[in-house]
Amino acid sequence: MHTVLFLIFAAIATGCGALVVTRRQPVSSALALVGVMVSLAALYLMLGGPFIAAVQIIVYAGAIVVLFIFVIMLLNAGRERRTEGSLMAPLLGIPLLISLVGALSYVVWRAFPETQMVRLGGNVVGTPAQVGRSLFTTYLLPFEITSVLILIAIVGAVVLAYKELD
Amino acid sequence: MSFYFIALIKILVVIAVLLLALLYLQWVERKVIAHIQVRPGPYRVGPHGLLQPLADTIKLLTKEDLLPPGANRFLYMLAPFLAITLSLISIAVIPFGPIIEVAGTITYMQITDISIGVLFILAISSLTVYGIVLAGWSSNSKYPLLGGLRASAQMVSYELPMGMAVASVLLLSNSLSLREIVDTQSNYYWGFFPAWNVFREPFPQLISFIIFLVAIFAETNRIPFDLPEAETELVAGFHTEYSSMKFAGFFMAEYANMITASAMATTLFLGGWLPLWPEKFGSSYVPPAVFLAASALAFWGALGRARRQDRRTLPIAGAVFFLLAVMFLVHVVNFIVVPLFWFAAKTALILFTFMWVRGTLPRFRYDQLMGFTWKFLFPVAVVNLMITGLLVGLIG
Repeated sequence: MHTVLFLIFAAIATGCGALVVTRRQPVSSALALVGVMVSLAALYLMLGGPFIAAVQIIVYAGAIVVLFIFVIMLLNAGRERRTEGSLMAPLLGIPLLISLVGALSYVVWRAFPETQMVRLGGNVVGTPAQVGRSLFTTYLLPFEITSVLILIAIVGAVVLAYKELD
Repeated sequence: MSFYFIALIKILVVIAVLLLALLYLQWVERKVIAHIQVRPGPYRVGPHGLLQPLADTIKLLTKEDLLPPGANRFLYMLAPFLAITLSLISIAVIPFGPIIEVAGTITYMQITDISIGVLFILAISSLTVYGIVLAGWSSNSKYPLLGGLRASAQMVSYELPMGMAVASVLLLSNSLSLREIVDTQSNYYWGFFPAWNVFREPFPQLISFIIFLVAIFAETNRIPFDLPEAETELVAGFHTEYSSMKFAGFFMAEYANMITASAMATTLFLGGWLPLWPEKFGSSYVPPAVFLAASALAFWGALGRARRQDRRTLPIAGAVFFLLAVMFLVHVVNFIVVPLFWFAAKTALILFTFMWVRGTLPRFRYDQLMGFTWKFLFPVAVVNLMITGLLVGLIG
């Protein structure tokens, strides 16, 4: 049951990921990105992280991609024009991609020789209480530093916007 | 096997009731607004216009389905489908009543109780914006595009104060499951005063209740925040180019969102299915009393200076109300329908507020709308959350 669900959502995620790149209409790409986010949330749910799954949808699909679409609509971005790309791109790109994937899987295989299949369903590690407790005990410093980092980014955006107004 | 069977029955019942409520909510709204504006409202189709929703459905079904030139066909078709699907999903986690036992099987009066129910509803409601935005963009027309732009900015902005208001309730109830949130409100202060989250110590959540109400008005695009479909500026906003059942889809989605948001407010702040005062003081006799009064009113109306057709229909209505009152007194179904009555009554009260506000207030200007949430609602929600957190930390 869980394996079938995993295969379905993994296929949706990969398919939508390919669509993000290949669609020529920016709004369609953004929508395919939503498909990736939602199927990732389903995968998180099966790995036992209900909180991460919900936050994935609320933050990524519900806020960030909405802002993407907002900007696309505001700038009225039309269809992408396809450049007459050189023949070198697929000739060089496909072998490089295959060797990169091969190298990565070799490194993972050598680094973790005694790995097992991921157990889907039944594991509960990411309940809201557990996530909250580890955020405010083990990972308190990184958590606070990240919030300061975001604050700096906001202040920077405000400063830049004001300069343009003058 | 029986798990799937029970789940199927619950889904069928909830969907049937929800769709019927959708149809008649529109009739109720037209009646309420008509009476606010001192006119009778729908009156011709059936007694007191009761068959008007059916007539409207037939009218919409037989209209021509248009596709504007230059529209993105796939997204144009997808938008109403997304809107209606997402608005119907979130009812799945709303608890309508306590745990009941029917014919030996114990079950929740809820389709499913998930441990992150609140987050689930927030996630689904944050996705509902896509239906509107895509409808506005794919129509290839300027007014829908403006409506879609307004909708995306407005709904993202009002989600923040809504989330903050919900967070302070979560501090009090210490759970994300909607059923447990209702269960924590089941006490009574001094033996009779309900400990709902609006009145809950150490910090009554009255402010977050009001913030939540304002935010759900904006999230469901209702007057005074219906800028995405402002008739005076944008023809009909994001659904200008839609006709026939696709238009009806957006209409149904708006009403379904209203029902879910009201049910959510009832669950989070007004104690869900819990009665206004404890059962030992006879709160379970309120529903039969209400329906008996309605029945008496209908019979009295039929005896008085009623029109000829009302002389026939009002006694029927009276008899139906009388049977409903008897149903609340029968022991076999008593324990199911009494919690349902309280839940429906509180939800209906909030839905009535939606209509009342629509009949009373004018529309905001767009900059006022955005200024209101960012400069007033959001800071108030943050301060409320901080005070709640401090008091819960000190006392609770």
